[in-house]
Amino acid sequence: MVETTLSASIHPVDELLTPPLSLRQLVWRRFRRHTMALFGVVVLILLFTYAFGGALFLTESYANQTETGVRLQGPSAVHPFGTDTVGRDILARTIYGGQISLLIGLTAVLIETGFGILIGAFAGYYGGVVDSVLMRITEAMLNIPQLFLLIVMAKFFSGKLPNITLLGRTFSGSVVVIIGIIGLTSWMYLARIVRAEFLSLKENEFVLAARAIGTPRREIIFQHILPNSIAPIVVSATLGVANAILSEAYISFLGLGVQPPTATWGNMLDGAYNYIDTAPWLWVFPGTLIVLTVLSINFLGDGLRDALDPRSRVA
Amino acid sequence: MGTLLEVTDLRTRFSTPEGVVHAVNGISYTLAEGETLAVVGESGCGKSVSMLSVLGLIPIPPGQIASGSARYRGMDLLKLSEPELETIRGREISMIFQEPMTSLNPVLTIGRQITESLRTHLGMDHGTANRRAAELLESVGIPDGGQRLRDYPHQFSGGMRQRVMIAIALACAPSILIADEPTTALDVTIQAQIVELVIQMRQQIGMAVIWITHDLGVVAGIADRVIVMYAGFIVEEADVESLYADPRHPYTVALLAALPRADRRRDHRLKSIPGAPPNLLVKPQGCPFARRCDFVIERCWSDNPALAPIAPGRKIACWIDVKTGAPR
Repeated sequence: MVETTLSASIHPVDELLTPPLSLRQLVWRRFRRHTMALFGVVVLILLFTYAFGGALFLTESYANQTETGVRLQGPSAVHPFGTDTVGRDILARTIYGGQISLLIGLTAVLIETGFGILIGAFAGYYGGVVDSVLMRITEAMLNIPQLFLLIVMAKFFSGKLPNITLLGRTFSGSVVVIIGIIGLTSWMYLARIVRAEFLSLKENEFVLAARAIGTPRREIIFQHILPNSIAPIVVSATLGVANAILSEAYISFLGLGVQPPTATWGNMLDGAYNYIDTAPWLWVFPGTLIVLTVLSINFLGDGLRDALDPRSRVA
Repeated sequence: MGTLLEVTDLRTRFSTPEGVVHAVNGISYTLAEGETLAVVGESGCGKSVSMLSVLGLIPIPPGQIASGSARYRGMDLLKLSEPELETIRGREISMIFQEPMTSLNPVLTIGRQITESLRTHLGMDHGTANRRAAELLESVGIPDGGQRLRDYPHQFSGGMRQRVMIAIALACAPSILIADEPTTALDVTIQAQIVELVIQMRQQIGMAVIWITHDLGVVAGIADRVIVMYAGFIVEEADVESLYADPRHPYTVALLAALPRADRRRDHRLKSIPGAPPNLLVKPQGCPFARRCDFVIERCWSDNPALAPIAPGRKIACWIDVKTGAPR
């Protein structure tokens, strides 16, 4: 303690000559202190490398290729993670399934964030009747259990979309359906956060000043107020990725999500419960990957919250 | 000089849980081209609200404009829709505010905020707008304008921010600038600089200025004409010399007596006005100043005097003659 005080008083000049930190530097400094968040970032980078780099070594047709002769084999040199109930290589399937799971997580959050921001921003900025109507809708959505909504919507939309080709991969239409469903059933918390931010931010004098020079309302909402509320949105969206991946795992596990042969970590678990004792490699590998991903994203989200939004400690 | 803005019988109210606040109670005034009009009065007397009402900037609800018109170049501003008003605000009529520390958006660069109205109103492209913004910064006395466009508000001091606000407000060379106590939050030397800057910009652009303040010292230096407001009413209107030399409303007399002046003896005690302004929740009955007035007569309690001319260019709202104390 004494030492730090002394050294601080010995070198005050350096302190003065140092230019003030930019916001980016400040955020990075706070983030860096969060060991678990750094751990999360490293693990996420490894996971992305695994899912997208692994595809360079194993083809998707190999991942989907069934060979009943070698079904339910334990880990071996040929199949490091073993084979599943129809003899597909689990290592290859975790790689391609990882792509889908991560893709679903990220894109579902884009939809979620888009909806959440739009609804929260309009409700918060306009207030009055607009606010009441939008918030009642939000509350109505919140009152229906998300899992129930997911199952009903998955059942309703399944098989109604054709396969699509994107980035050289063919996705079953069910992937798009799942992304849409997860996005549409998860925007409510974000909408509430955005609304609360807008309610307080719109009273700021800079909003009045912007209006006084004739800034159109659309610009005030999206270019003046929204950037001020970006910190909680980023944090919430990050945590949303983890939730989306979990949601996908739920419904795929129940057999209502992404349809085989397209692999996801979630639908790889489907059917594994019959072999919990006899063939644990069926669920250990995809299960571990899901847990690792969700855990890392949550750590990252926590770190981001502390770094971007130091005042709000409680979620 | 022609009339630029003519406000007639403007009444603004706010519905609050406690009742209806009568913020502005039927004020009428005109503003000539290139003129500087000062609006003075103590806090809460409706100065700001009356100006915000004209620009459609009061929140509705709870606010409500109960009556009146504000004619500007053949248009009634009070009847325009929000998109129409957006084309007026910043282009024709601009406003600057009291708090330079909070009037700039903390997360946007200064350049982004200055080019806003250039792009919105004049349709300038990014490059042109940036060059113009740099010129504007230099013209309001911020050196190295081009460099500073990339800076954020927290990198500027209070006085500098008010300069930036002025640059933003004047970017499109409006014909009216409404300055809502722009110097109140600044220290005295900076105040003088800002006043000087507005005077200089007024001459450069040839705009009219409405200067809202409670600082009668500033008024003397800048205004052509003065409106004195009290409890949402205009109680006196005069050109600036007559007002200081010969105030005719008891409130103005009291205000001037409360003002320190260089030409008075140092041991002369400043006189404060006893009491407080009336509660605007109560619908005004009689003269709103009656309770604090030295000259009050019986009639003041029952009838509210209307603003009436007493000499060319002079109007007061009072039942008595402050010179003699006798009813008029």
